[in-house]
Amino acid sequence: MTPGAQTRGRPATAAPAAIELRGISKAFGPVQANRDIDLRVEKGTIHGIIGENGAGKSTLMSILYGFYKPDAGEILVGGRPLTIADSQTAIRAGIGMVFQHFKLVQNFTVLENIILGAEDGRLLRPSLSKARGVLGQLARDYELNVDPDETVEDLSVGHQQRVEILKALYRQADILILDEPTGVLTPAEADHLFRILEGLRAEGKTIILITHKLREIMEITDTVSVMRRGEMVASVSTAETSPEQLAELMVGRKVLLNVQKAPARPGRPILEVRGLRMVDGDGVERLRGIDLDIRAGEILGIAGVSGNGQTQLLEILGGYPEKGSAISGAIRMNGAPVPVAGAACNAAERRRQGIGHIPEDRQVEGLIMDFAAWENVAFGYHDAPEYGRGLLMDRDAIRRDAEAKIKRFDVRPPTCDLAARNFSGGNQQKIVVAREIERNPDLLLIGQPTRGVDIGAIEFIHRRIVELRDAGKAILLVSVELDEILSLSDRIAVMFDGRIMGERLPGDATTGDLGLLMAGVDAAANPPTQGLFRESR
Amino acid sequence: MEKMPKWADVLLTPLISLVLAMGISALVILAIGESPVEALATMIDGALGSSYGWGFTLYYATNFIFTGLAVMVAYHASLFNIGGEGQAAMGGLGVALVLLSLPLPHWALALPAAMIGAAAFGAAWALIPAWLQARRGSHIVITTIMFNFIAAAALNYILVNLLRPVGSMDPASGRFPETTQLPKLSDMALSLGFEWGRNTPVNVSFFVAVIACVLVWLLIWRSRLGFEIRAFGKSEPAALYAGINPVRITVIAMLMSGGLAGLMAINSVMGEAERLVLNAVEGAGFIGIAVALMGRNHPLGVFLAALLFGFLYQGGGELALWTSIPRELIIVIQALVILFTGALDNMVRVPLERIFMAMRGRRKA
Repeated sequence: MTPGAQTRGRPATAAPAAIELRGISKAFGPVQANRDIDLRVEKGTIHGIIGENGAGKSTLMSILYGFYKPDAGEILVGGRPLTIADSQTAIRAGIGMVFQHFKLVQNFTVLENIILGAEDGRLLRPSLSKARGVLGQLARDYELNVDPDETVEDLSVGHQQRVEILKALYRQADILILDEPTGVLTPAEADHLFRILEGLRAEGKTIILITHKLREIMEITDTVSVMRRGEMVASVSTAETSPEQLAELMVGRKVLLNVQKAPARPGRPILEVRGLRMVDGDGVERLRGIDLDIRAGEILGIAGVSGNGQTQLLEILGGYPEKGSAISGAIRMNGAPVPVAGAACNAAERRRQGIGHIPEDRQVEGLIMDFAAWENVAFGYHDAPEYGRGLLMDRDAIRRDAEAKIKRFDVRPPTCDLAARNFSGGNQQKIVVAREIERNPDLLLIGQPTRGVDIGAIEFIHRRIVELRDAGKAILLVSVELDEILSLSDRIAVMFDGRIMGERLPGDATTGDLGLLMAGVDAAANPPTQGLFRESR
Repeated sequence: MEKMPKWADVLLTPLISLVLAMGISALVILAIGESPVEALATMIDGALGSSYGWGFTLYYATNFIFTGLAVMVAYHASLFNIGGEGQAAMGGLGVALVLLSLPLPHWALALPAAMIGAAAFGAAWALIPAWLQARRGSHIVITTIMFNFIAAAALNYILVNLLRPVGSMDPASGRFPETTQLPKLSDMALSLGFEWGRNTPVNVSFFVAVIACVLVWLLIWRSRLGFEIRAFGKSEPAALYAGINPVRITVIAMLMSGGLAGLMAINSVMGEAERLVLNAVEGAGFIGIAVALMGRNHPLGVFLAALLFGFLYQGGGELALWTSIPRELIIVIQALVILFTGALDNMVRVPLERIFMAMRGRRKA
């Protein structure tokens, strides 16, 4: 078992913990989301909680924030037992929560969002001016600079997150829970966030950081607790552990964190993109002249913070650009022109041209969540002749095909009849990956292949992608996970604001260098100021 | 994991809803000083107690099957077609125009011709809202509701000014030719040597409705088009990703929906009235919404729900005839059933799901 401290049975230390959970259990029907959880978070520390999807992290935090009532167990805040019936109780007890999906009113100003629900009286003006003062103080104390009169929808994602943190601090939170806070940030923004968190810790605040990124845990936390299948499997001091050990604790077996692959042997050009521009329906230019080449047998990785045109690029290549957008430029696939507008620009036609697509959002695009797995295996290829001739579909043929693919891709449970929504995130993604890879496309577009996918499935999906490359296919990989780009790609292009900022080879690229490109700075042209960005470990 | 077993989903939920609606109806009947037991007995006896009652119940049910299927097909494409009323009214116009203008020597020829007329006019009436939705984003609920009023006004004008025979005071078309009369089920029974449902309007259209149920089932659950309709209805972004054309699916689904609503006219206009009268649809287009909701958007469910509403219609009529319960109260009872089985479906479903989840949790633990 793990070296380091096991929470259970540890004698109580003298100072009361900021938060202590004892024997928390919560079941949703037959699903035991939390089982007998003990957790002790010391005051003035950054405490990481790590675990795969569905390990029960979010449920546990929701209990702490009063969204769910635990079936059993006890919560102590600052040493005193507390029943947290609703989020108001949690806020009064000094607990603040920064959600993964921000809960901000988009067309309110920063100030209005901060006081929302914390107004002092029936008139807004006194509350607003009080908040303005407090906000100025917080900004000075913690480098949390945001223009209080800016409308939230005009703020960058990083600044919106600051508003969320300010909201919690305004409500005098001593304990701050952050749920996957860096998923939407650039490395530089993440860096800034960590500096803010360190500042808060120095002021004696307690921070609980929920994440699935091992690197962040190692970088910033003091203590880390690992959850697996609803149970707390370990709580260790960060200094005494390693990423490999944490990964093993999360998954319950040894995991290869790095992808094993041979050097690429690029062949003939498969996809050529020249001067691709796209103006969306609101008149915003999303792509500003993209040039790309992908050859057979290579993986081109596109790094970048989400929202810099990657989605639009994938949608155009996939044949379904946003309604009302204007597109210009040339795309050639296997030497043949690919239409970017008109009736021939549709996803079915793209598939006929040999383009497969694992979309960024499997739940919204890649799968019909209410359809059975076998129907989803046919989805997008439902016109294929082997799925029946004429008007009616051959259900037996589809089922046989789906069963075989589900088996080859180790989808669990291996049952064709289960609706897609009843599979875990990783297995949902395996269904999409199986469907697209098994069609053996000449070009495979992949968006965020492992978003919300557990480590075990990530390993599997990465291996399949490399196998497809080794079979001489071209792959375009878009991911906001820099580690994924670095370990899978044969070449890396960085997108910022609708442009390709630069190309790097993974062997030469450093995180800092790529991070600058992702923020729109070409390091080769402007060398970074010393010490502005920390190299990630 | 499914939240509750399928039988509970499709049978138990509507049954509990129905019982609740009946319970409240009973209270209302008690409140006006009548006996709910007697009322229920009158309804059951009047609608199901004789072949005469059955004849009317099945006649109404035939209307509701068509309009229920119409709502159902559109629903699978995530389109809420509230315009069944107007589409069915237009279907009636199609039937009248076909039968009054073409010299059709036999009902077996007249029926398919009238069906084409009914479906074409119903579909055409649904086409404009469909196109507006698909191309311009005008909400289909709003446009189809509006089109009900336009249909009613247009039909009023056409009947009074164009189709009314010279000298007639009645805003109705002339009688359809004798040769186009559809055989009643009572006639068919007689030719088989027994008496059933004498003087009731149920006719061969009932069998057309049953066949329509089977065809719609094949369409939605077995055909490529149905696959695309369902996929589009569940997620438009996913449909785009899969290469399904949203405009095409919206238009096709609404055309089929309007066509099915229009087909109701072969039962009511051609089979029963044998001429086109004002307000021939009598609210069946709206009942179709309740029928589709209660039938869980499945043809078998639609069939059963249509039978239930046929029973309510016929039983309600009998109630007005034989008791002192006023006609308005019957509408209240029908409305309660619609309210509970359709609109308040989740009120029963969600607690029921919880019970089943809890039971399963206990079994596992």
